[in-house]
Amino acid sequence: MAVLNINGVSHVVDAPGDTKLLWVIREGLRLTGTKFGCGIGLCGACTVHLNGEAVRSCQLQLSDAEGATITTIEGLDPKGQHPVQKAWLELQIPQCGYCQSGQMMNAAAFLESNSSPSDAEILDAMQGNICRCSTYARIKQGVRRAAQMMQEA
Amino acid sequence: MTKHMKDLGGATRRDILVGSAVAGTGLVVGYSVLPHLTGGAREALAAGNFEPSLFLTMEPSGIATVHVTKTEMGQHVGTALAQAVAEELEIDWNDVRIDYPDSHEKWGLMITGGSWSVNWTFDRNSRIGAAARMALVEAGANMLGVPASECSAANSTVTHTGTGQSTTYSEIISAGPIDRTFSEDEMKAIELKKFGEYKLVGTSVPALDIPAKIDGTARYGIDVFVPNMAYGRIVTWPTRWGAMPNSVDDSAASGIDGYIGTEIIEDPTGVQRGYAIVLAETIWAAEKAADAVSVDWDLGPNANVSTADILGYAKKATADGEGFAWVIDGDTDAGMSNAATVVEAEYETSLGYHGMMEPMNCVAMEQDGVWHLFTACQWSTRCTAMTAEALGVEPANVVHHQQYAGTGFGRRLEPDAMIPAALAAKAAGRPVKLVFTREQDVMFDFHQSLTYQTVKGGVNVAGDLDTMVHTVCSAWATKRQAPGFLAESVDKKGKIDPFSTNGSDHWYNVPNQYVRSIENIVGQSATPPGQLRAVAPTWTMWAVESFLDEAAHAVGRDPLEFRTSLLKAVGKNVGTPPNTVGGSERLRNALLVAAGRAGYGVKPLPANTGQGIASVTSQERGSPTWTACVAEVHVDPESGEPTVRKLSIAMDVGTAVNPDGVLAQIQGSAIYGTSRVLYENITMKDGSIEQSNFDTWTPMRINQVPEIDVSIIQNGHYPAGTGEPVVTVVGPAIANAIQAAVGARVRSWPITAEKVKAAMQEA
Repeated sequence: MAVLNINGVSHVVDAPGDTKLLWVIREGLRLTGTKFGCGIGLCGACTVHLNGEAVRSCQLQLSDAEGATITTIEGLDPKGQHPVQKAWLELQIPQCGYCQSGQMMNAAAFLESNSSPSDAEILDAMQGNICRCSTYARIKQGVRRAAQMMQEA
Repeated sequence: MTKHMKDLGGATRRDILVGSAVAGTGLVVGYSVLPHLTGGAREALAAGNFEPSLFLTMEPSGIATVHVTKTEMGQHVGTALAQAVAEELEIDWNDVRIDYPDSHEKWGLMITGGSWSVNWTFDRNSRIGAAARMALVEAGANMLGVPASECSAANSTVTHTGTGQSTTYSEIISAGPIDRTFSEDEMKAIELKKFGEYKLVGTSVPALDIPAKIDGTARYGIDVFVPNMAYGRIVTWPTRWGAMPNSVDDSAASGIDGYIGTEIIEDPTGVQRGYAIVLAETIWAAEKAADAVSVDWDLGPNANVSTADILGYAKKATADGEGFAWVIDGDTDAGMSNAATVVEAEYETSLGYHGMMEPMNCVAMEQDGVWHLFTACQWSTRCTAMTAEALGVEPANVVHHQQYAGTGFGRRLEPDAMIPAALAAKAAGRPVKLVFTREQDVMFDFHQSLTYQTVKGGVNVAGDLDTMVHTVCSAWATKRQAPGFLAESVDKKGKIDPFSTNGSDHWYNVPNQYVRSIENIVGQSATPPGQLRAVAPTWTMWAVESFLDEAAHAVGRDPLEFRTSLLKAVGKNVGTPPNTVGGSERLRNALLVAAGRAGYGVKPLPANTGQGIASVTSQERGSPTWTACVAEVHVDPESGEPTVRKLSIAMDVGTAVNPDGVLAQIQGSAIYGTSRVLYENITMKDGSIEQSNFDTWTPMRINQVPEIDVSIIQNGHYPAGTGEPVVTVVGPAIANAIQAAVGARVRSWPITAEKVKAAMQEA
C-alpha cells in the first residue's frame, strides 16, 4: 500500500512499488486527463507536476512519488481557469486535444520558473512535447499569452 | 466513384419529418423509417415509424442538439456541421449543442476521411436546418394568428413582420405538437441562403469540443472503463504481417500478481493470422507479463522481406508494363515522337507511419448477446462488420460507441484493436481493455505505402508540355479495406485502386496524357497498406509537381509561369458546379496568391536559399481544394542540411464555414506534411519494421517549425475540404526550393542532408 497526494487529495494505492506512476494515475485512480503517449519519456503526453516540477509520469515509479505533491491537469486550477488553460481556450489551440494536457502542464511549470520568456526560451522549453495535429504555432502563442495574463494578474 | 460512395452515405430518397408526438416533448427532425409514408410526422411517431434521434432534436427549452455521425479527431467537424444547420435554423448559437451517437445502420455509411465531411454534408445539413425553421415558423405563425408568409425567424424567435408580434422557439415547441412532412422534392426546392447572406457560416465560432480538452474531461477511447474488465496486451508479433503463435511458455509470468493467462487466438478476418494476448487484472501486470512470456512463432510468408524488395518489385512491375490505365487522353506516342525536349524522372516515397498521439485501443464487452466496442473509429460500418465476422455474430449485434479520437489521420479506419479486444473478451468471458504500446502502434500500423513512380514528359517546339506518361506503383489500401471500391480501368483490362492513383489525373492542360496504376503485391502482403491523411495525392502530387519543375528548368522557363500557362479552364478542365466550378483557373489564382504573398521571384534571398512553388488539387479530381505553396528553404552548403524557413500557402476553399478552424487545419497540415517529407521514415527488414518509438521515428517538434503564412481564398463556391491538401503541396514545394537554392534535385523521401549533398555533387 502506498499513499499518493494528488491534487490535494490523499489516495491509497494498492500496486507494486515499481508500477509506473502514469498507470497508477490514469488506470488506477482514473484521472484520465494524463495521457499515455510513448512510455519512454519522449512525447510529454503524460506530463504532471511533482512538487511543482514538470515530470514525465511514465518515467517514474509509484515509489518515487510517495510523499510528494502531485498535480495533474484536473488539479491545475480548481475551476480550470489557470492562465495557461485560459490562453489555450482563447487561442483555440487544441485540435484532437490528446497531447494538450501534457502541453499545458509543461507550459504551466515552465512559466513558474520563467515569467517572461523569449520565443527561443519557449521553443526550448516546449520541444519535449509532441503534437501530431501540429498545433505548434498556436502553442507558442499560447505560452506567450499565458505569460502576459500571469503578469497582469 | 465518389458519387457511388456518396449514395451510400445518406438515405436521401426518403421524406424528412419535423415533429413532436405530444406537446412539450420537444421537436425531432429526421427521416421516416419507411419510404412512401402516407401520414404525417405525428402518425409516424405514434407508429414508431420514425427515428427520433436523427440529425437534430430540440428540447422545449429551445436547446438544439445536432447529432454528428463523424469522428471528432481534431478537425472540430461537429462545430462546422452544426454551424450549417444553425445558419438555416435561425437559432441563437448559444442554444446549439452537439453529440456523437453510437453506430447504427440508420445513419447510413459511417466514415470520416478524405476531407469529405463538410464537403459532403453542408448542403444536407443546411436543408435539415431550413426544414426545421420552416416548420417552426408555420407553427409560430399559427400561434400568433398570422400568415406564415408574413413571418420570419432570427435568434430563435419567430416574428410577424407587420405587427412585430413574436414568439420564441422554446414557446412554440412547448406549445406543440408540430407535425410537418417534407417530401424529397420539397427538400430539394428549399431555397438556401447564398454566400454573402450568412450570419453564422463564415464566422469563427469557438469549437464546441475544445472546453473539455482544456481541463482533462474529454473522454478518448483509451479513457474508457467498464465494470469487471481485464486488461489485454498483445505479445508483439515478430513480423508486420503473417506471424502466428505456435505455443506460449508463460512460466516466467505466473508469479506476477494479477496475471490471468495468455490466450492464443486465430483471427478469421485475416487482419492478422492470430494473436497471443496476455490477460491480467491491471495494466501494469499485463505489461510485465507480456514481457515475461515466451512465444514460439511461425513467422509466416514475409519473414525475408525488406524495403529493397518492395522497391525492387515496384521497379520490375513498372518496367514489365504491369497495371492498368487510369487516364488515356490524346495520343502520347505521337506527342513523344514530336517532342522537342523529353524529360524523364523517377520518384519515390517511403513507408509512412500515421503517428497518432493516442495509440490504437479498444474496450470490448458482451452484454445480453450484444457486443459493445468503445473506442474512436473513423469507419464504424466496416469495423463493426469485421469484428462481427471475427466473433461469428451478426453485424447488427456489434455496436460501436464513439469516443473522442487522439487524432486519426486514416489510422482509425481499421479494426485491428477492436478485433483482438473482442476475441480476448470472448475468450476471457469478461470485458477486456486492450491498448497498443507505442512500439506496436509504430510497427503494426497500416502504413502508407512505399511508392515508386515514373514520369516522362514531352515539351513541344513552342516550349509547352503537351505530353505526360506517368506510372504509379503502390500497395493498394482499397483492395484490403473495401475491394468493391476498386474501379474498372479506363482500358477495361482490369481493376485498379482509385484511392492509390488520385491526383495523377491533374488539372493542368496536357492534351496527351497516360497514367498507369500498378499494384505492388510484395508491399501489399508485407506492409498491409492503409489510408494516411491526404491519401494518394501525397505521392502523386509529389511526382507531378516535382516533374513540372524539372520540365520547366529543362526548357528554361520559370516554374510559376510554366504552371500558369497550363492552367486555362478549357476542355476537360472547365469545371462544373458545385465542386469544380471555375476549373483550372482557380488553381492558377491560388498559385498567384501564394507567389504574391511570398514575394516569389522578387524577395531578396540570402545565399544558398531558394523559393520553390507547387500547386495541388487534392484530394480527388472531382472534389479538389485548389491549393498552392511557396516554400523558402535554406541549404547548408557543407552538410546539405535543408532548413525550411517559410511556407506561404494559398487555398481556395470556396466558402470557409469556420475560418479559424480552416486556418488551424492549414497550419497543422503544413507542419504534418513537412515532417513527413523531411523527418519521418519507416523501413522494413526481415519482415519487421525497423523503427519502434519516438527515438527512431522522429516527427517534427515545436523548435523545428518554420514561419507559415496562410491566405484563405473565399469566392462563395461550395465549401471544400481543408484538412488534407496542404499535406501534399509542401513536399514538392520544398524539393523545388532545394533545387532553386543549390541546384540539387532530390526525388525520394525522406529528403535528408545526405541526399541533398549527393544531389549537389551530381548537379
